Parts: sequence; C-alpha cells; structure tokens
Amino acid sequence: MTGVSCRGVTARYNGATVLSGVDLAVRPGEWLVVVGPNGAGKTTLLRALAGVIPAGGDIVLGDQKLNQMRRREVAARVAVVPQTPVVPDGVTVFDYVMLGRTPYIPYWGMEGPADRQRVTTVLERLDLLSFAGRTVSSLSGGERQRAVLARALAQDASILLLDEPTTALDLGHQQQVLELVDGLRREAGLVVISTLHDLTFAAQFGDRVLLLVAGEVIAEGRPGQVLRAEVVSEHFGATVEVIERPDGPVVLPVRTRG
Amino acid sequence: MSAATLPLGPPRPRLGPVVVSVGVLMVAAFGSLVLGPAGVDPWRAIVEVLDHIPLVSLDSGLSSQEAAIVWQIRVPRLVLAGLVGATLAGSGAAYQGVFRNPLADPYLLGVAAGAGLGATIAIVSGLPTSTIPPLAFTGAVVAVVAAFGLASLGGSRRSGATLILSGVAVAAFFTAMQTYLQQQHADTIRQVFSWILGRLGTTGWGDVRTLVPYAVVSWLVLFAYRRHLDVMAVGEEEASTLGIDPVRVRLMVVAGATLGAAAAVAVSGLIAFVGIIVPHIVRLATGPSHRVLLPVSLTGGAAFLMTADLVARTVQSGGELPIGVVTAFVGAPFFAFILATRREVSA
Repeated sequence: MTGVSCRGVTARYNGATVLSGVDLAVRPGEWLVVVGPNGAGKTTLLRALAGVIPAGGDIVLGDQKLNQMRRREVAARVAVVPQTPVVPDGVTVFDYVMLGRTPYIPYWGMEGPADRQRVTTVLERLDLLSFAGRTVSSLSGGERQRAVLARALAQDASILLLDEPTTALDLGHQQQVLELVDGLRREAGLVVISTLHDLTFAAQFGDRVLLLVAGEVIAEGRPGQVLRAEVVSEHFGATVEVIERPDGPVVLPVRTRG
Repeated sequence: MSAATLPLGPPRPRLGPVVVSVGVLMVAAFGSLVLGPAGVDPWRAIVEVLDHIPLVSLDSGLSSQEAAIVWQIRVPRLVLAGLVGATLAGSGAAYQGVFRNPLADPYLLGVAAGAGLGATIAIVSGLPTSTIPPLAFTGAVVAVVAAFGLASLGGSRRSGATLILSGVAVAAFFTAMQTYLQQQHADTIRQVFSWILGRLGTTGWGDVRTLVPYAVVSWLVLFAYRRHLDVMAVGEEEASTLGIDPVRVRLMVVAGATLGAAAAVAVSGLIAFVGIIVPHIVRLATGPSHRVLLPVSLTGGAAFLMTADLVARTVQSGGELPIGVVTAFVGAPFFAFILATRREVSA
C-alpha cells in the first residue's frame, strides 16, 4: 500500500508564499485532518499533494516522487474530492462515476466491461445503484456528495484527499459522509487526508490532526494534543471550551458577553 | 444481490439519435437533389446519381444538359453544404465542450475575423477569386494562433477564460483592420459583403475537393477526443486530478476544430449560427456526452445547412438569398421554439 510523505513543501500564489516548509507523513489506513483558519493554505496543501499546482520540496507517494510521475499515474494513486465539485448539466450518476476510471482507460480508447463492473460495484457500496440513471444535478446534497465520493473510489487510488467534504450538508449528512469515509479507509487501507472546519469532527474522525496557520505547520499530533482550548483560541481567534471524551475531544464554541 | 448479477450500467439511448439524424440527413439530401428551378424529374435525378457509384451502370434517361445540372451543380452543392454544415456544427460542439461555454462557436477565437480580413485583402487587392479561399484560411489560422500566443504571454498554462478573452481581442483587432480596408475600397464593398454573408459555390466539385481533407482531419481529431471532452466537463482542475492534461486536450481540440472551421469558412464565407444552434438542439435530444453529441452534430449540421441552402436557392424566384441570412432567419426562431417548448416539458 502507498503512504504519503512530504518534506519542506512550499507553494507560492501570485508571488505570495502560501505554504512554507510543510512536512507530513501518513500511513495506509490512517486519517490525517488538516485544520486551520481561513486562508491558512489547507486547500493549497491538498492541491499540491494532488499535483495540480507546482510546489517546491519533496512529495513522495509510496516509493515515487510526485514530480517524476505522469498525470495518469498520479490519478491512479491519488483521488480528490473537491470542496465544490463541478457537476456538468445532464450527466448521469453512472457516467459521472465512470469519469473516475479515466486513469485506466487507454488514451484513445473507451471504457470496457471491467470499468463498468467496477463502477457498478462502487455504486452498490455507496447505495447509489438506484440512482445510476438519474442526473447528478437532480440529487440531494447528501446523495450528490456520495456520488462525488463514488467517483473518487472508482479511481481505485490508495490516497484519498477530501477538501471540506461536509460543506453544505446538514448535521446528519455530515456525520454519514464522514462515517462512510471512515469505513472505506478501514476496508481498503486508504490514506485519507482531509481538511475540516468542524474541529469536533476533526477530533473524532482524525487519527491525527495537523494545524496549519499562514502556510506553516504549528502543531501536529493526536487530536487531544493539538486541539487544546488555548491553541484554538490563539490561532482561530475563537473562545472555546474543550471537553475530553473517550472518543476524542469535543470543541465547543462559547459565547463571551462583555 | 451481488454486483456481478446487476446490469452493467443503466440503459442509455445512444444509437437512437444517431439513426434519427442520419434519417433527417437523407431526407434533406433527397430534397436538395430533386428540388430546383430546372425541373428535372426527381426519379431520374436519383438514377443519375446512382449511375456515378463505381461498378453501377444505370441509364437515367436525362439529357446531357439535365445530367450536368444534377451531377455538376446540384450534387456538388449539396455535398458542399453537408460538409460545411457538419464541420461548423462539429467544431461548435467541440468549442462549447472544451471551453464549457454554451455561447462558444467556431468563430470564438477569431476564425471569422481572420478569414474576413484574408478574404477582404484578396478582394480589395484585385487578386483572382481563386485566391480568396487560401487567404481566408490563412487569416483564420493566423488569428487563432495569435489568440493562443496572446493568452500564453503571461505563462504557458493559462486558463480557458484567458484564451477566450485573447480571442476577443484578436477578433476585434482583425475586424477593425478588415473594416478599414473595406471602407478604403468602396468599389468592392458589395463583393466583400457578399463573401461575408456566406454563399455556397456552384463551381462544380472544386470546393468539395478543397474542403474534404481538412474536414475529415478535423472530424477525426474531434472524434478521437470525444471522451476527453466529457472529462473536461468537470473543469480543468478536476479533469487534471482524473489524469487528463487539460492544456493538451484544449490545444488539440481547438486545433482540430479550427482547422475544420477555417477551411469551411474559406470556401463558403461566414455562415452564421450553424455552429451554435445545431449542437444545442442536438444536446437537448442526446444529453451532454460528446460520444453522441459530436457524431449527431456532424449529421445534424449537414442536414441543417442542406435544408437552409435549399431554402436560399428556391424561396425567391429569379435569385438567391445569402445562405448566412437563411441560417439565422430560419435558425433563430426554430431555436427559440425548441428552447421554449423544452422548458415547458422539463419544468
């Protein structure tokens, strides 16, 4: 299986440094949650790991350096669930999930029975088979997010990058999607790296949490080590109470009245 | 129920639209063949065409003059209309797909403006009319290359939006030069306008022979990239995470579409609306996948332009309407009708 490791990753955007010297390592089956205030560089870090923006430093996927891999090789190893996926008008769930097979379809070729079988299996796993012929745009928010996740799974990549996968979902669907990801990474030994705004979810689902502020890693470790009240208040400018529970800390915003 | 026993994907109506569009194309071709002011017997006209198929020998019973009308005037003209219509519609579908922009048409990156300038240069310089197509073609290709060059000035991996804006700038500049030249040579203004409004030649098979190689290469390139265009529908960054190189796909698709559109424009002038309306009508029937959209746009575009040309040469006794006027005059209300009824159905 393929782990991910990075050393000294830097990225610049319009001349400004967005990431500087980020180190991280994630093993197969492990979930790393990247947290940080808006503009900390969380999405940029995921884009760098997916190889869609130029980045300095070393990013190693398994035993290969990212910058020495072809795009198709990267896509067969890293699947991305973007924060706001582009859903083309009129495309069916089946065809949308089939897009995930792109790295395996010959350049001039078309998908074969094995690809259709794989898509069917993924749809069944994510309870989407009955939606296969419907358009993605007709699905509810939770179903749509499952379809995006299904596309990523159809990629058969061992590394799953999720950028705020619970945005625009209600509480119940947020929990369902995160449980689904948790189940999938255990089943298949996936590396999961996600960003999450909700620090309680970050603590409950992440094996480890990485706090990114202004493009630099401020803290990294088990959720209870990183998500302490004074750390959150210093870097997020929020007043919180952290309640320790057996399944991880709960980060509770507390209103201060002057 | 295990996955193995499940149907492999939902049934998708992929062959139906292709069959229907081929049927429509055959009706349009038949109409173009048998209708015309010369009053040639329809049955004999068909036999005359069949006679030209290799290894087939039939006697149509037409006089040599009537046979010439069928084989040297009507057939090349309907074939030319089909080639131009197919190429413009296919290029339009490809441009709309690769730029994810419903307003894109084959003229988006300056093909029309460049071809217009090339043709105007040929006309106002008093060059022989045979130089109009090569100069128009050259102008079209130069304009698109200039748009690419302008877009890549700030870095080689600029987005599709930058390219569209560069195309707008190049088109405006070329159009300004064309208008200036046209105003400076008032004596040829009518000829320039007649070219700009588009027309299908009646000069036998020459234009067809000129266009065929470009059209076929263009269709093959677009057809080869039909699956990539479906992937590009999720945007450049997501396409890239799926293993596609969006910059390369865009370059190849634009090159293929431009080659076809420039060659079509070079022989027929600026025929408006085909490249935008036909793919949209087809998309309403077939859905967004380019695997069906591209082939059906080719046949649909051919049928549409054959029909428009039939209207252009028969509706007015004693003269012809410019075909570009017919495509917009017939096409715009038809398109509006389709949009309106479609919205009712889906609402």
